[in-house]
Amino acid sequence: MAEFLFEIFCEEIPARMQVRAGADLSKALTDGLKKAGLTVENEHCYTGPRRLVFTADIPLRSPDISEERKGPRVGSPEQALAGFMRGAGLSDISEAQIRTDPKKGEYYVAVIEKSGEDSAAIIAGLIPDIMNNFPWPKSMKSGRSNFRWVRPLQSMICLLGGKTIEFEVGGITSGNTTEGHRRHGKGPFSIEHFDDYKKTLEGKGKVILSAETRKELIIEQARQACSAKGLELVEDEGLLNEVAGLAEWPVVILGDMDPSFLELPGEVIRLSMRTHQKYFAVRDPKTGELAPNFVVVANQDAPDGGVEIAKGNSKVLSARLADAQFFQSEDAKKKLIEYYDKLDTVVFHKKLGSIRDKAERVAALARELAPKVGADADAAEQAAKLAKCDLVTQTVVEFTSLQGQIGAQMYRRESGDADIATAIEQHYKPQGPSDAVPTNPVTVAVALADKLDTLVGFWAIDEKPTGSKDPFALRRAALGVVRIILENEKPIDLHEILGGHFMYPMKISSGSLADGGGYGFGGQIDFLIELGLIMSGGGYGGPENEKEGFFKSAIVPEYVDSLLTFILDRLKVYLRDKGVRHDIIESVLGSGEDDLVAIVNRVTALQSFLGTSEGENLLAGYKRAANILKAEAKKGDLPSGDIDTLSQTEALALQQSLSKAKPAIETALAEESYSTAMTALSELRGPIDAFFDNVMVVAEDKIERENNLRLLGLIRDTARQIADFDRING
Amino acid sequence: MAQTSPKPLSFQGLILTLQNYWAAQGCVILQPFDTEVGAGTLHPATVLRSLGPKPWNVAYVQPSRRPADGRYGENPNRLQHYYQFQVIMKPNPPNYQELYLGSLEAIGIDMDLHDIRFVEDDWENPTVGAWGLGWEVWCDGMEVSQYTYFQQVGGMDLDMVSGELTYGLERLAMYVQNVDNVYDLVFTEANEANGTPEVLYGDVFHQNEVQQSTYNFEHADTDKILEKFKFAEAECMHLLGLEKPLPLPAYEHALKASHLFNLLDARGVVSPTQRQEYIKRVRDLAKGCAEAHVANEKTIKEKAWS
Repeated sequence: MAEFLFEIFCEEIPARMQVRAGADLSKALTDGLKKAGLTVENEHCYTGPRRLVFTADIPLRSPDISEERKGPRVGSPEQALAGFMRGAGLSDISEAQIRTDPKKGEYYVAVIEKSGEDSAAIIAGLIPDIMNNFPWPKSMKSGRSNFRWVRPLQSMICLLGGKTIEFEVGGITSGNTTEGHRRHGKGPFSIEHFDDYKKTLEGKGKVILSAETRKELIIEQARQACSAKGLELVEDEGLLNEVAGLAEWPVVILGDMDPSFLELPGEVIRLSMRTHQKYFAVRDPKTGELAPNFVVVANQDAPDGGVEIAKGNSKVLSARLADAQFFQSEDAKKKLIEYYDKLDTVVFHKKLGSIRDKAERVAALARELAPKVGADADAAEQAAKLAKCDLVTQTVVEFTSLQGQIGAQMYRRESGDADIATAIEQHYKPQGPSDAVPTNPVTVAVALADKLDTLVGFWAIDEKPTGSKDPFALRRAALGVVRIILENEKPIDLHEILGGHFMYPMKISSGSLADGGGYGFGGQIDFLIELGLIMSGGGYGGPENEKEGFFKSAIVPEYVDSLLTFILDRLKVYLRDKGVRHDIIESVLGSGEDDLVAIVNRVTALQSFLGTSEGENLLAGYKRAANILKAEAKKGDLPSGDIDTLSQTEALALQQSLSKAKPAIETALAEESYSTAMTALSELRGPIDAFFDNVMVVAEDKIERENNLRLLGLIRDTARQIADFDRING
Repeated sequence: MAQTSPKPLSFQGLILTLQNYWAAQGCVILQPFDTEVGAGTLHPATVLRSLGPKPWNVAYVQPSRRPADGRYGENPNRLQHYYQFQVIMKPNPPNYQELYLGSLEAIGIDMDLHDIRFVEDDWENPTVGAWGLGWEVWCDGMEVSQYTYFQQVGGMDLDMVSGELTYGLERLAMYVQNVDNVYDLVFTEANEANGTPEVLYGDVFHQNEVQQSTYNFEHADTDKILEKFKFAEAECMHLLGLEKPLPLPAYEHALKASHLFNLLDARGVVSPTQRQEYIKRVRDLAKGCAEAHVANEKTIKEKAWS
């Protein structure tokens, strides 16, 4: 085994791409070497602002391979022999060996000897291919070259067992030298092995190779710098990863700022520090409040101990925070609701109007949802209108991620209603599968209305997600709907709600749609649903007084079904993630139920029922009944009508049980008491087993046979009230 | 203080130093373009010359106008008229980063005392259909330059990559001179021998900021400006539609259209949906100019004047 060392040195790689690039390089090299027949051991990968490094132990040569290829029988036609020789690379059939097989007789075998290849040659062929096709999220050309890399490539080290492997990529030839830190240890340095590579870079070169080591150094230094002043670092893993990708020689410096900035909301300060300046915030451990300090990670040891660097950074931060202070005092000159009309200047979607148009729709829908989720209708409507107002405040324009928070803060300062303030703050939630779901009823109404309006709107203009494309994050909105409804256990009749919202009365003439939508329609748009029709070149031409009825009955149901299916698809994903069996979900979703809470209760009850021996046996009984019915149906129509006479005891007993179970199940389902329904169903287990054990279903006697089949039909129909058992894997 | 020399460079000293530095690297030193532009990039010496297969190295100062950024001379950092120093090296030399760092050293930034960083930035300018990859360059956390490797201009992929450097001169000077208010910058040092006084940035430009802000926000006649916009647009398209198109004058009209749109925007008469529409119209003009320029360049002989 020999040591393989490969370094790609280039201009500054974006911090967020480094780790991924290292993993991609490592995998491509390892896979490529293994594919060429080499074993790869002790592979390691290092990433930093200006370099990707890979090391491993590999043999100096790939092994010789002897491959046998079976050919046609001796004496086969000319054509078959020619094909075999071509495939095996033989020029004459005498080059092939002849083997004998008791069954096949004599046949040809070509023995192809492949001698191994020098690993150096393999590497020289492999690396240009990897680098020319490297999966950077974004790459660029440089100078006159057509080679694409993340930023201009500067040099490459490629060594195997201390010897340079030469090849060319993007006009650069690989060698055995590299550079260190720009200011502290530029080099160039000649390298032979990884050991001296690491020692040289981390010594004279002042470059810490490993991102993990840099992270440890930064966090350690930062904690120390803070605690030395009686302060505490506000730790931030994402920021730590980023700054570790911005410095080859990280040096932590504690800076300070004017304490008067601490009047700003903590979030504003943290965001200014983090997103604009990449500083860590610092808190006072006694109060838990932010301290007038920050931690910056520099890329060098300054001769003055970082005094100038701290001063410069502090000045930039002050300018940023002064801006934020200015924005906030400007914003506070008006009450939150006074920003409502200005929402008309922000486009939500050019075909769906402004944010104000959206807020109007959301307010109407929130009002409708309020009683269903236990919220006050007036509060929900008002909260929906206020919820978007902060989008046009200067603070949120500058710090977009504070949307909701700033509005809530302004509203609280106006001594507004506490529930409404919470709704303003949390109505965007949940923003992802792991984000918390709002629970305050007013918030629930607004959060649901906001997401449902988005879904209905994009459905109306036919902008549904396709494949991996979901530019308006509609899957996330639908998952939000699912989670809010389920985690708050609010039964919502989605059919009705969605249908109603598709018929939302539009005020098209006054909105920004009129000049921005570009529909060029002549008539009046009265309902949200019409947008889709107009865009596909259609329009309503019938009498005005029949318009509403036409859309309601002829157009809306199809849209509602499609959107409901989309939401139920999210429900499936949600339940699957919770460990619910796929087939059980499918068996319940067919019921046409639109109340997600009911669906989940049914699924849960069914899953636990099927986990019992009753459930298992009952399912087996059901399957048996269904299979017999299926087989009989193939022979001819199944008997219709009611059971008249049953002669056998077990059949009679089953009939009796069924006639008891059926109404019990119906009542239980009507009360949405699914476990009661399951219990009622499970009562059938004994009678069904007994029936199948003792009764010859497909009897000789026609009347008996027909009655038995009717009985089976009854089993099937009774069970199907609960779920489509055909879809459940038995 | 951010300098090693005892006295920091004046504003004009900064410009002269950068000019000399880049002249020594082989750059043509051009003068500002004489049509209002929103950024140094828009100068034809950048937009048009970065197209096509001919090498081109240039440096120039460009006054940039952003009417919406006017603050009546009351904000210490924001101006509606300010200066950018622009460098284009095409093709970008392999040691371009080193050359750039050398320029910072030349203007007096002590690289041992100060922390220079290259922070990811994907640059794009939708009005001229241009984008590239590069960095914001930070000095102690402050952005002192924009550094970009152009990949596309006028919506076209480039045959040869240009490395673009843009220095925000006022901000850089404020850093070098360690002042907090742009109007306090020393523009020109006093000359004791001649008895000429020190001149501050405010002496030169404060009134201009006050008056231009007042014009931009209060007096600009939006109806007439809209007419001028339409004229510039029509003229540009006319020149591009000629049997022998004239991309250079056409591009000037595209720039005028762009500035007129900025004026309308500052007056708050452009709705958000119209805004996208205007930007698209200007981009279409710039794209047309870029395409016509590339086509025209192919027909021109070396030393066509001789």
